[in-house]
Amino acid sequence: MLGQRMARHGLTILATALVGGLLAATLVRLAPGFDTDESELDPHLNSASIQALRHARLEQNNILRFYVHALEHAATGDLGTSISLGQPVSGLLKERMPLTLRLIGLGLLLSWVATLGLALSSAWLRVSAYDAFSTLVSGTLLCIPAAVLALLSVLWNVPGALAIAFIIFPRDYRYTRNLLAKAYSQPHIITARAKGLSELHILFWHVIPVAAPQMLAVAGVSVSLAIGAAIPVEALCGLPGIGQLAWQAALARDLPLLVNITLLVTLVTLLANCSADLIGHALRGEEA
Amino acid sequence: MSVWRRVACAVLLLVAGMSLAANVLAPGGYARQYREAADAAPSRAHWLGTDEIGRDRFARVLYGTRISLLLAPAAALLSTLMAALVGGVAGYLGGAWARGAMAVTDLFLSLPWLFLLITVRALMPLNVSPLVSVLVTFLILGLLGWTGAARVLCASAGSLRDSDFVRQARAAGIRGARLFWIHVTPNLKPVLLAQFWISIPVFILSEANLGILGLGVAEPMPSWGSLLKELEGLVSVGEEPWKFVPLILLVIVVTSFQILLSRQEEEAPA
Repeated sequence: MLGQRMARHGLTILATALVGGLLAATLVRLAPGFDTDESELDPHLNSASIQALRHARLEQNNILRFYVHALEHAATGDLGTSISLGQPVSGLLKERMPLTLRLIGLGLLLSWVATLGLALSSAWLRVSAYDAFSTLVSGTLLCIPAAVLALLSVLWNVPGALAIAFIIFPRDYRYTRNLLAKAYSQPHIITARAKGLSELHILFWHVIPVAAPQMLAVAGVSVSLAIGAAIPVEALCGLPGIGQLAWQAALARDLPLLVNITLLVTLVTLLANCSADLIGHALRGEEA
Repeated sequence: MSVWRRVACAVLLLVAGMSLAANVLAPGGYARQYREAADAAPSRAHWLGTDEIGRDRFARVLYGTRISLLLAPAAALLSTLMAALVGGVAGYLGGAWARGAMAVTDLFLSLPWLFLLITVRALMPLNVSPLVSVLVTFLILGLLGWTGAARVLCASAGSLRDSDFVRQARAAGIRGARLFWIHVTPNLKPVLLAQFWISIPVFILSEANLGILGLGVAEPMPSWGSLLKELEGLVSVGEEPWKFVPLILLVIVVTSFQILLSRQEEEAPA
């Protein structure tokens, strides 16, 4: 059963990546300005060289051929060359990946520590003022654009990981709090209370196990949120990671770089969501 | 309506009213430069001071609010209509149509929202006139922001497809588009309305993010995003607190939308 589920997820990831890649290639091909090449303006080129350049570009006019060609190169590890930076895309990704992974990992950890700390204590204490305070904090953070939080982190000299945590915490907290509240409203909790079990025992033995699979799904989604948050944080805090690279590629309209980053981000997001689903499924299986 | 919702409603009306009256409240306009008073502190002449090239900040805040508050609902309307068209129709038709539509939405949802926005924005020309940049920014928001709503609408339309009144209408000989528009669409109205309201604050925040990253509305046209970009040059919070006015206004407006939204969520069917 788990094997079937894993195979289905694997196929979904592969299909999504292939279709996503085709869509990205189509968008790149149709983007305004794709047909123009500023190297044609080089006064050292004669008409034969300019014709050769145009002929080379003509081969890219067929989207499918363009995509298959790009896939063939990708299979050999050649992801193309960045237009704006003039370096191989694979090298740029390898160079910047560790920083982004560290930033996102730490941001997620901090966010989940805060989320679980506040949501569990709020569910356990059941003091309306405390609940209102934590909702107010998360609600306020939810209304501030991610890029502003990144700017404020620069202003207050706060590490980038903490800025990412502030961006994803309100979303995580909101869902987790609602899941715990829903789990608390189940009839078996009333029975447990009637039997005289302590609140702490109820929380850890009867509430968290019910909410855990869905909380794992939220954790999967928060990976996607963290990747999104990494763009403004890295761009505005001057951190040389994948997010900053994506922003620079967007500003320079460096389409080969942007398409490869898009594919990478899609794969990471899908992997995170599938892992969360598989772990959640395994947990539910154990309960059953 | 609770007190908080009344307050939220009043705040939104006040802010929208002031932004619509920008021509009267700030007759100098958003692009006029007061070169003798560049980067000035608040004064009687310039209530919120001027920016580094001498433009009145109060006027820019009013005009920027107008752009964000008018175009975010327009983008939300576009995305809701697209969601109704794709999600609603696919859910109503069911089977392979619904599966196909959901596969497309999954593809869009597998990318982080801000990432998708900057990628697609980068594919569009960046060196365009301010008016075109406004239209491109909000069109992208509208054209990309329909996927989440489409999933909800697909599920709602799917549940309506097998409902008693639709079966009865089918038995009475009503088919196809007529059945969809006359019997299914009116029942999707609460979900459509909820999705419309949910999208507005999301699009306001997204435009602000794009603006700060330099991929939003082009100068000299103001928007909340381009106004917040000013915070980039600050050295400390206490130094020029009036520069935080656009941020405070944005937080107040988005919070007001969230308060009103809680009512929409309550009214929308599960």
